Amino acid sequence: MAAAAQGITVQAIDSDVKLMADKFMRENPGTRVDFRLVSFQSILESLPVQLASGRGPDISMVADWAGLARYYLDLRPYVDARYFEREFASILGPMRGGAAKSDAINGMSGSMTLNGAFVNLTLFRQAGVPVPKEGATWDEWAEAARRVAKATRTEMPMEMDRSGHRFASLAISYGARLVDGEGNPVVDEGLKTAMRKFVAWHRDGTMPMDLWGAVGGATHRDNFSDFMNGKVVFYFGGSWSLYKMDSGVGDLFDWAAVDAPCGTSSCTVMPGGGAMVAFKHTPNPELAARFLAFLAREDNMREALGRRPNVPVATTLIATGLEYPGASERVREALASFTRQVPKIPPAAYAFQGWRYQRAAMNAMTTRISQVLTHELDVDTAAAFIKKDVELAIRSSRK
Amino acid sequence: MGLDGGGMRFLRAVAALPARALEPVMAGLQSVIGVRRLPWVFLLPNLTIVALFSLLPVLVNVLYSVTGSENLYPSERHFVGFDNYATLLDCGNYLDPSTCSRDLFWRAVRNAALFVPTQVLAMIGFALVTAIALNRRIRARGFFRGIFFFPVMLSPVVVAMTWVWLLQRDGALNGILGTLGFERVTWLSDPGRAFKWSVFVTVWGHMGFYTIILLAGLQSIPADIYEAAKMDRASPWRVFTRITVPLLKPVLLVVFILAVIRSVQTFDEIYVLTGGGPGTSTKLIVHYIYETGFAVMPRNYGLAAAASLLLGAVLFVFTALQMRLSRTGRDG
Repeated sequence: MAAAAQGITVQAIDSDVKLMADKFMRENPGTRVDFRLVSFQSILESLPVQLASGRGPDISMVADWAGLARYYLDLRPYVDARYFEREFASILGPMRGGAAKSDAINGMSGSMTLNGAFVNLTLFRQAGVPVPKEGATWDEWAEAARRVAKATRTEMPMEMDRSGHRFASLAISYGARLVDGEGNPVVDEGLKTAMRKFVAWHRDGTMPMDLWGAVGGATHRDNFSDFMNGKVVFYFGGSWSLYKMDSGVGDLFDWAAVDAPCGTSSCTVMPGGGAMVAFKHTPNPELAARFLAFLAREDNMREALGRRPNVPVATTLIATGLEYPGASERVREALASFTRQVPKIPPAAYAFQGWRYQRAAMNAMTTRISQVLTHELDVDTAAAFIKKDVELAIRSSRK
Repeated sequence: MGLDGGGMRFLRAVAALPARALEPVMAGLQSVIGVRRLPWVFLLPNLTIVALFSLLPVLVNVLYSVTGSENLYPSERHFVGFDNYATLLDCGNYLDPSTCSRDLFWRAVRNAALFVPTQVLAMIGFALVTAIALNRRIRARGFFRGIFFFPVMLSPVVVAMTWVWLLQRDGALNGILGTLGFERVTWLSDPGRAFKWSVFVTVWGHMGFYTIILLAGLQSIPADIYEAAKMDRASPWRVFTRITVPLLKPVLLVVFILAVIRSVQTFDEIYVLTGGGPGTSTKLIVHYIYETGFAVMPRNYGLAAAASLLLGAVLFVFTALQMRLSRTGRDG
């Protein structure tokens, strides 16, 4: 019975966490950490239902930080709260789910992800087109990508993941607020301008219909394999794809992660990524908290980031820097480029990231923009529906 | 190698053991409740299963549809009356979904109104032609019967994934077109094409099931009727319209009702194939229910339950129609 009481279940979308679970069990004899590898879709769709029914794993990676905040275990009684506050200050707020007065410590994140653009430098060189410099606008990037694609007969000039999170980068660059101070959705000229540009790029062939135009609803879809296969000049995805580049591309072509394209308001990429949290329903809160504290230990975070290069969250790691021993020079440069974008992130992006209804807004954006692309709605009607969708989500959850 | 007489007797004795053990209990029960009520005892296990797994979920669904909040447990939900139904039915013009509060629901209804008749007619048409072909004395008849039934045995997700690989931009179909020197076609990015492929893939995936039913129906038609028609020099078309179709009518009716119900419930294949897109061109009602209740945040279980009950009402009408028609067929 005692052994059963010392067990927890942890789920995540990458198997690196299992390595940490094994290490934890070696360091803590008598404890058992069962690891479950799950899909990102499962995190988005199944986990909330499991949590609502009071079941599910003891610890999980979560993507919707604020939306699930009411299920999180407050770790303060079990961990060194000052350490967490010092190291993870930037993410603790968004994880509190809009409870401004809360000082709960709900979890940790070893690395943050940033949306960002990858470009195929080899194609630029072959086309003889100069790579736009820092401060280049989305329009300038689109124009350059079109010229490169035309000169090199590359299939697609630009692609962007079918994700509201990725689109939010474009929208905020053009001044979209998306959420106001009271947590209500905002549909403004910034959002509409971004939508109009985005639709125009699909209409003139700058972007293919395969991602945003080919599926409906809130379905997430990416075609990063197009970039890895040299089929697209400019791909707007994110830093989580970096770990694939050395093994998937190697020296086949020259590439780079470039500075955030600019709009009329800012040059923005959205922060995000997965956080590891424990849930209130766990029968072993102490062990769950101990495991999270273990993941949050500096040496363990360094080890994990060494295996899968990404932008660190912890203050100490940012201050002291990381070696990324297994990563190539290109990947290190790309990481440096992603890290350079962090100071440029405007408050609107952080506000959107920490909004409890962020996912409702992102779902609405993907659904409605796709409808515009297929001529079901015009931009103004789609924008009005985005607002209406989020308002209904807020109303129905408050009933 | 059969069992000898002693072995058979032993097996019979073993098989009869439960009945013998129950006999005194049933006899006692019969004396208490009377022989007229005894059938209810036999029905009780099935009724319990139906109540637990069919009626109770419907009642729970009704409860969800009249309550609000994103909480899952009924005790944590608040009564909102018919708000969810009102939200779904709030529409300026039902023919223009953009004027509806929940336009996605009405777009799904509109798509279903086009998808169901198209798919059912195509399904029955192809299944009937296939069944007639497979009922003839052709070479490798068993092999072809297996081939046509094979997709039915596959998971709908596997069926859809197979077609995604064939139809995607870099898929096999475009590969063949490219090899032949043709331009690639955006099979799933164009709303019209995606809708047609959705119909095709669902027909391909389920046709075998209906073919088998129709084949059984065809084989139950006495051969001497066809022989008599042949002696009367009736044309094949006349044989088909005057003998095959009338005698197959009861089976066709069952196939029609089953196909309609299955078509209204279509979800898995299209979810994988197009995700309801492009835009909302292939979004059907079950897809809307799934997205509302389980895919978007926060979950709107109440709205999803209300939509599913409206769908249930439509299916109820079809089932009632089936019963009515089959009764009419039997009686007259």
